[in-house]
Amino acid sequence: MSTTSTSGVRKAPSVRKEGGAPPRKTGRRREFTTRRGLVVAAFMAPAAVFVAIFTYYPMIAGSQMAFRNWNLTDLTDTSWVGLGNFREVFTDPAWGTVLDNTLLWVVGSIVPQLVIGFAIALWLRRRFRFRGLYQALIFFPWAISGFLIGILFRWLFNSEFGVVNDLLQRAGLIDEPIAWLADPRTAMIAVLIANVWYGVTFFAIMILAALQSIPDELYEAAALDGAGKARTLFQITIPYIRTTLALTVLLRVIWIFNFPDLIFGMTGGGPNDETHIVTTWMIKITQQGDYGKASALGLLVVAILLVFAVFFLLATREKKQTGKRGVRA
Amino acid sequence: MIGKESTAGRATKFTFLGLWLVFSLFPLYWIVVTSLKAPGDIFTFPIAYWPERFSLENYQGLFGKADFGTYLVNSLVVATVAGAVATAISTLSAYVLARFEFRSKSALLMAALVTQMIPSFIALGPLYLLMTDLRLVDNRFGLMLVYIAVCIPFCTVMLRGFFENIPDALEEAAMIDGLSRFGALVRVLLPVMRPGIVAAFIFNFVNCWNELFLSVTLMNSDGNKTVPTALNGFISSFNIDWGSMSAAAVLTILPTMVLFAFASRHIVQGLTAGSVKG
Repeated sequence: MSTTSTSGVRKAPSVRKEGGAPPRKTGRRREFTTRRGLVVAAFMAPAAVFVAIFTYYPMIAGSQMAFRNWNLTDLTDTSWVGLGNFREVFTDPAWGTVLDNTLLWVVGSIVPQLVIGFAIALWLRRRFRFRGLYQALIFFPWAISGFLIGILFRWLFNSEFGVVNDLLQRAGLIDEPIAWLADPRTAMIAVLIANVWYGVTFFAIMILAALQSIPDELYEAAALDGAGKARTLFQITIPYIRTTLALTVLLRVIWIFNFPDLIFGMTGGGPNDETHIVTTWMIKITQQGDYGKASALGLLVVAILLVFAVFFLLATREKKQTGKRGVRA
Repeated sequence: MIGKESTAGRATKFTFLGLWLVFSLFPLYWIVVTSLKAPGDIFTFPIAYWPERFSLENYQGLFGKADFGTYLVNSLVVATVAGAVATAISTLSAYVLARFEFRSKSALLMAALVTQMIPSFIALGPLYLLMTDLRLVDNRFGLMLVYIAVCIPFCTVMLRGFFENIPDALEEAAMIDGLSRFGALVRVLLPVMRPGIVAAFIFNFVNCWNELFLSVTLMNSDGNKTVPTALNGFISSFNIDWGSMSAAAVLTILPTMVLFAFASRHIVQGLTAGSVKG
């Protein structure tokens, strides 16, 4: 035990318990020993086993279903059908609407979330009384599930007894109550409002954390140079946190894409299946038992998101350069 | 931005922040108010923004007519056990990912990321078939197993961020003092990490508590339903009974709100540290 040469430690520790593992620290982190390998394997194993059985296995099994005739209503014929399920998706009359809605859902949620979240982060940067309380309060929507948020807003947008109509009428903005969730266009607006309500906090938190990493000296220097507010914002703040912004946006795009819960709770994809996004539609098809078609749809989602992942990786790669540019500004 | 603030600037700022606060809290206020109205008063004009008479009838109905107590217990048991086990397992994997360098590390991190990217619904059908084979359909233990697997990837990434904030020297010193690696983790690192671990558990708990689609797919008998599945059942009937629905919603939201209020600072830390770095 005592013969082990420890590079970083000069004095032998005074107290040493018996029976403990000998410290093996030579070439720490570089040298791969069997023992270390065993530690890694043992510590990783439980996580790996769980995720492999209950996440990866069903995911892979699901992927191959995309190329088979897999329908719960008739399991006698599960033959391979090539791209048949994909053809079925593309020729489905709902597909066009679903794609449009998905795009609207992602862009229409992300943009207001980002803009409002950014503004709130900027305003929260300076300490003020009750700032902590304020942050805790606007964090509350985050504790609620997407599905329940859908339900909450379904009630708010209720055509007869909904508070939204009532407030708009009291303000004199509308004469007649609007049947928000009965018309696909107003229903999409309503679900977007709900999602913005939900998602702004996340942006605000991430951006605020990034803002707090900007050194004050940059702002002092900018002030000395006589830079105005807008210039400071666009030439110091935004460039400095560009990486975080890009990462947050891309993570959110992926997440919102895969977020059927809110629409599921609020409109259930209705009226007439006209407010489905890809994932709510997929759930509906799964519930109908057509696992083949649902899986094909799932693979399409993966393909679309992979494109985003490429952007994601490009954005992270730029990290160091952006940081430097920010410092130089 | 960090320089001087004009009076007009301050006014704009606090007006906007105030408006956002009202907008943020109003839906919550409204569901609470609705749940406390007598069932008949919910559907009257003009809409009352403050109940004329308070009533707990909606809540009583939940435990009388519907078996809401059972759903609450189911959710509580499943979310507590799954959240705790997932946190324990993720602590081990996060520790290794934070402290060791090994060849498959980036592959493992990627594998964790992929689970967040792929719509879990692609797995819904096959998972149902798998659970049927394992005889774990409509079984709370089975649901726990699935939830543990769902929680692990993100929880690992989050905890890894916390581990990386703690200097290596801490457990190195402990190991020089003769503790094994596991001993150093349990006796030295974990106490320091406690706020992070609590936050991770709460995060897992809330996710399991709120989970809908897996539970809807796997739990079909009434006695095994979790709260979100029961709420989904309230919708399926054509006319939603907004009295019971709002009371049920309040009871579902309340525990998660309390937990979040308790741990939001640490969760925020975990989110920003974990996901930005990871």
